[in-house]
Amino acid sequence: MNINSTAVPLEDENVDTDQIIPARFLKATSRDGFGKNLFRDWRYNNDDEAQPKADFVLNNPAFSGKILVAGKNFGCGSSREHAAWALKDYGFDAVVSSFFADIFKNNALNNFLLPVQVSDEFLQQLFETIRQNPAAEIAIDLEKQSITNAATGEKAFFDINLYKKTCFINGYDDIDYLLSIRSDIEAFELTH
Amino acid sequence: MTLFDKIWDKHVVKQIEGGPSVFYIDRHFIHEVTSPQAFDGLRKRGIPLARPAQTIATADHNVPTWDQHLPIKEALSRLQVEKLTENCKAFGVELYGLGHPYQGIVHVIGPELGITQPGMTIVCGDSHTSTHGAFGAIAFGIGTSEVEMVFATQCLMQNKPKQMRISVEGELQKGVSSKDIILYIIAQISASGATGYFVEYAGSAIRNLSMEARMTICNMSIEMGARGGLIAPDETTFEYLKGRKFAPAGADWDRKLAEWRQLYSDADAVFDHEIHIRAEDIQPMVTYGTNPGMGIPVTGTIPGEELLEEKERPSFRKALDYMGLHSGNAIKGQKIDYVFIGSCTNSRIEDLRQVAAFVQGRRKADGVEVWIVPGSKQVEAQAREEGLHDIFEQAGFQLRQPGCSACLGMNEDKIPAGKYCISTSNRNFEGRQGQGARTLLASPLSAAAAAVTGVVTDVRELLV
Repeated sequence: MNINSTAVPLEDENVDTDQIIPARFLKATSRDGFGKNLFRDWRYNNDDEAQPKADFVLNNPAFSGKILVAGKNFGCGSSREHAAWALKDYGFDAVVSSFFADIFKNNALNNFLLPVQVSDEFLQQLFETIRQNPAAEIAIDLEKQSITNAATGEKAFFDINLYKKTCFINGYDDIDYLLSIRSDIEAFELTH
Repeated sequence: MTLFDKIWDKHVVKQIEGGPSVFYIDRHFIHEVTSPQAFDGLRKRGIPLARPAQTIATADHNVPTWDQHLPIKEALSRLQVEKLTENCKAFGVELYGLGHPYQGIVHVIGPELGITQPGMTIVCGDSHTSTHGAFGAIAFGIGTSEVEMVFATQCLMQNKPKQMRISVEGELQKGVSSKDIILYIIAQISASGATGYFVEYAGSAIRNLSMEARMTICNMSIEMGARGGLIAPDETTFEYLKGRKFAPAGADWDRKLAEWRQLYSDADAVFDHEIHIRAEDIQPMVTYGTNPGMGIPVTGTIPGEELLEEKERPSFRKALDYMGLHSGNAIKGQKIDYVFIGSCTNSRIEDLRQVAAFVQGRRKADGVEVWIVPGSKQVEAQAREEGLHDIFEQAGFQLRQPGCSACLGMNEDKIPAGKYCISTSNRNFEGRQGQGARTLLASPLSAAAAAVTGVVTDVRELLV
């Protein structure tokens, strides 16, 4: 599975899930439609779509793509999976950062939004590349667990456990697997 | 073996080669905000909820804290709470909904009902599930897909985290509480300092804390990135649990107690990382920025960016800008507009008692609005029984009804843009308490002191 795309740079660090999707949008009872409120309060003045904040990266027409490149400790705070739904719904397939909060990382994987953790140095080079040329491409190869900064040719490898990788590539879901071992779980319960 | 290892090993159903463990969950708490999509998932798959008896529901995140006997005014919120009621009925889950004497914040009611017990694994679609670790349980927050997983199978796929021990030794200063301990720890190691770890809190200062104070510490483990935090159960734990509604009783209690006494980290247990803290070094803490790691002693000044790396400076500047605060200024004396005493961090009866004892005979400063939101119906009833509501009323503090309230501002309890709120909750993120709201995290005692003076105050100066 490959994701080759330009990227949107979000250099802020410690981006929490309250920023990704503010709590007032969590009243919905379905998984759909969160993309339009992604980064709502960083994107618009006065909560008004007619008043975009010019300096926020999602409002900068120079940047687009399926990859979000973000500062360290992305997705910290609330466990709301709505954050992963919003990123995916907006059109991102991968988030690259030097550090992810644990719960966000699981939520992302469960929604086929690939979290790619790279070194701080590699991340800073990506930011530099994108800043200089917003049309620069990034190539992510899940099979090889590699990410390439096409402009510099620099390549890095990232971790993902084999189980999750298989799920991701084949579109498998943990629940299907867990249901398939139901008898093991029931046997466990007898002695637990 | 560590305490964590002992509990973990007892809950591994199956180990997947090169991957996670199939991990068994003893108790699953749910609420209205992160469960509806998971219930829909069960419907789509056409399967039942596997273990309804191990699932407990309440409405807390999105409920009003005033006139709870009336229908919820806001249509979407009403729908979400109604959906929870329908779902619980359809799937056979016990619901402590609005109006029920056990209703309250999920992390307050679990312990007070004795549902939370040592050695258990506990999850909830809420990051502050780490609270339950105070009983020597493995407790952590999960996303909605994982809520569905537990509904469907009572299991999760989990990778074993690394382990950290934070030992706090010595005596706390007067006016310093467990909230200050955890804010101090997070300020030391940063908002991401424990990511990838499960934390055990140990040391004499922790052992001397009450159960409620321990919950405050474990509650905020997530604010330094930790998946959870736990404390070995001891006599304080057992005494707290004994006689509670769902705690074991009779011969069952004796049997359980013997098991629980085995729950501690062995003397030769090895942690991936250890941190030692002297309790004497901790002062009342207050945050000045937009993540919980941005905390300083109340006597301190707001730091500058000199010590930060170049790449960290824009985020730091943005935080101070948002807060309207300046490097080099003292935090003490900062004007306060709102005081929020509540949330799963600090809304229990001891918190309310502490605040009441401090404000008795005092009155809130002019122009300050003070909200006290009890953690549960039981806490509220207890506060009234003890006459705390009279003390609050005389002080000009408003005692509201239970819910998450202004901790996350999902209901109408929001702090207006640009206003300063000293809050006993757990997060000072941008917009957390309302769009443009400026949050300063502190202990209940520090919040009460600010309520009385109208500015950030060193509570020690007002204690006799």
